[in-house]
Amino acid sequence: MRHRQSRRLSGRPLRIGCGAGYSNDRVEPAVELVERGDLDYLVFECLAERTIALAQQAKARDPQAGFDPLLRQRMEAVLAGCHGRGVTLVTNMGAANPQAAAGCVRDVARRAGLTDLTIAVVTGDDVTAMVANGPYRSIELDEPFDPGSVVSANAYLGADPIVEALHRGADVVITGRVADPSLFVAPILTALGWAGDDWPRVGLATLAGHLLECAGQVTGGYFADPGVKDVPHLERLGFPLAEITAEGGIVVTKVSGSGGLVNTATCTEQLLYEVHDPAAYVTPDVVADFSGVTVEADGVDRVRVSGADGRPRPEMLKVSVGQHDGWIGEGQISYGGPGAVARARLAAEIVAGRLALVGPVPIDVRYDLIGVDALHGGVSRPVGEPYEVRLRVAARVSTEAEAWRVAREVESLYTNGPFGGGGASTTVKPVLAMRSTLLPRSAVAWRVDYETV
Amino acid sequence: MKLRDIAHGRAGDKGDTCNISVIAYDRRDYPRLQREVTAARVRECFDGIVLGEIVRYELPQLGALNFVMTRALGGGVTRSLALDAHGKSLSSALMNLEIPDPPADPAP
Repeated sequence: MRHRQSRRLSGRPLRIGCGAGYSNDRVEPAVELVERGDLDYLVFECLAERTIALAQQAKARDPQAGFDPLLRQRMEAVLAGCHGRGVTLVTNMGAANPQAAAGCVRDVARRAGLTDLTIAVVTGDDVTAMVANGPYRSIELDEPFDPGSVVSANAYLGADPIVEALHRGADVVITGRVADPSLFVAPILTALGWAGDDWPRVGLATLAGHLLECAGQVTGGYFADPGVKDVPHLERLGFPLAEITAEGGIVVTKVSGSGGLVNTATCTEQLLYEVHDPAAYVTPDVVADFSGVTVEADGVDRVRVSGADGRPRPEMLKVSVGQHDGWIGEGQISYGGPGAVARARLAAEIVAGRLALVGPVPIDVRYDLIGVDALHGGVSRPVGEPYEVRLRVAARVSTEAEAWRVAREVESLYTNGPFGGGGASTTVKPVLAMRSTLLPRSAVAWRVDYETV
Repeated sequence: MKLRDIAHGRAGDKGDTCNISVIAYDRRDYPRLQREVTAARVRECFDGIVLGEIVRYELPQLGALNFVMTRALGGGVTRSLALDAHGKSLSSALMNLEIPDPPADPAP
């Protein structure tokens, strides 16, 4: 195996980019990063909380499925460019089936005529059998898991297996459930020679990873508010990269000429995104402390962040457990013109009356007037009557048949409800509740397998 | 005036917990945020939505506050019946908060 990490930097900062912030993210910004970002590493972060549970269900239907549906497209777009430039890829697009994902990467590499490409596959995060049959309790409900309801259980691995893979010369590292920042922490520690128990350094690497992990969210995506916070060219938003020095300096930036912007405001929003106690951001690698972080401009589309700290990593690993939890039936219908809101409210009363008369009795039900109170209930009171409004009824029930009955009660407003209803739609979906539990680190045995094309 | 005139923010979700950052455009407005955007006012704003506790974290060097609200997302993104199951739009509701106008500049 090669040890190629050390030859790259020779004094200049490490350059690490983020090519995706979620599974269905845009593909072209990653290509732009590879071609013009002068990167050492490109990371694709593609697993939201429930993505892996859905992937487990896909794998149950087809043993070759269960990895990210855009993996092939992404690899076709960037693999040759990365290989030619010596850019190492790290991704959790393996989801519930990292082995099959590696097969897909191998296939793309062969078709592209690439050789001398080492793919590392990280497994061991899948602890479904252990959680379904063990004495574990849901943190949220404080009750044991019903084995029959458990669809998936995946432990959040940290940076360790990726660090091992990178030290052994992997060009592509495919994982399943790994904590999002760890995908970045591993290359940072490896390239800069930082120790995994140098807690302040791991805290810094986690800060960089946290800022990068949602891709466009730090380069002006999810930020624009016309006239208040304007962002140029969101249609070709550039994805971020960080420059990190061996001394611990971190600058967040993007490829020059790409759309979007990087400034202290975009970085501060992302810094606190999905963070609870800023002094204790817990990952499998470290308890990071962002409470003293400062964010300062360092030129055009360049922001310097500093002041992160860290304390020893937790002994317990968080496990995401996907459980069957009933069904949701939903129906929608629109009303327009004068009196639209009153007719939509009458329609809602009719549906509520029907459910009381003929059932099913929902476990939970919600009546929304989209355009009036669907997002924040009474919080956002509209000024005046909207021209059009859409009634939405959503109910949680026990069975698929009941979910359809709720949905059809809305549809039947066509011929049985108020004047002028239009555009009815119905949706029924199974609920996959995500809950969590904790496992001792020692109970989760990860491994890394290698294959060279 | 509205909170939106001096601050911006972003909502994030983890399970049934929502966090919303409130960040001053101008660091000098941070004391106003500290004074006006209390956990109690945020609770009023999300009456009927947030069922659990609301904790405020202060980040003076960023001119920012971070509110962490439990039982805020109808059971979390995978279970919620809400149209916005992530609660991503909750930050825009908070930006609607009325805050007192700043005192007029003293005469030169």
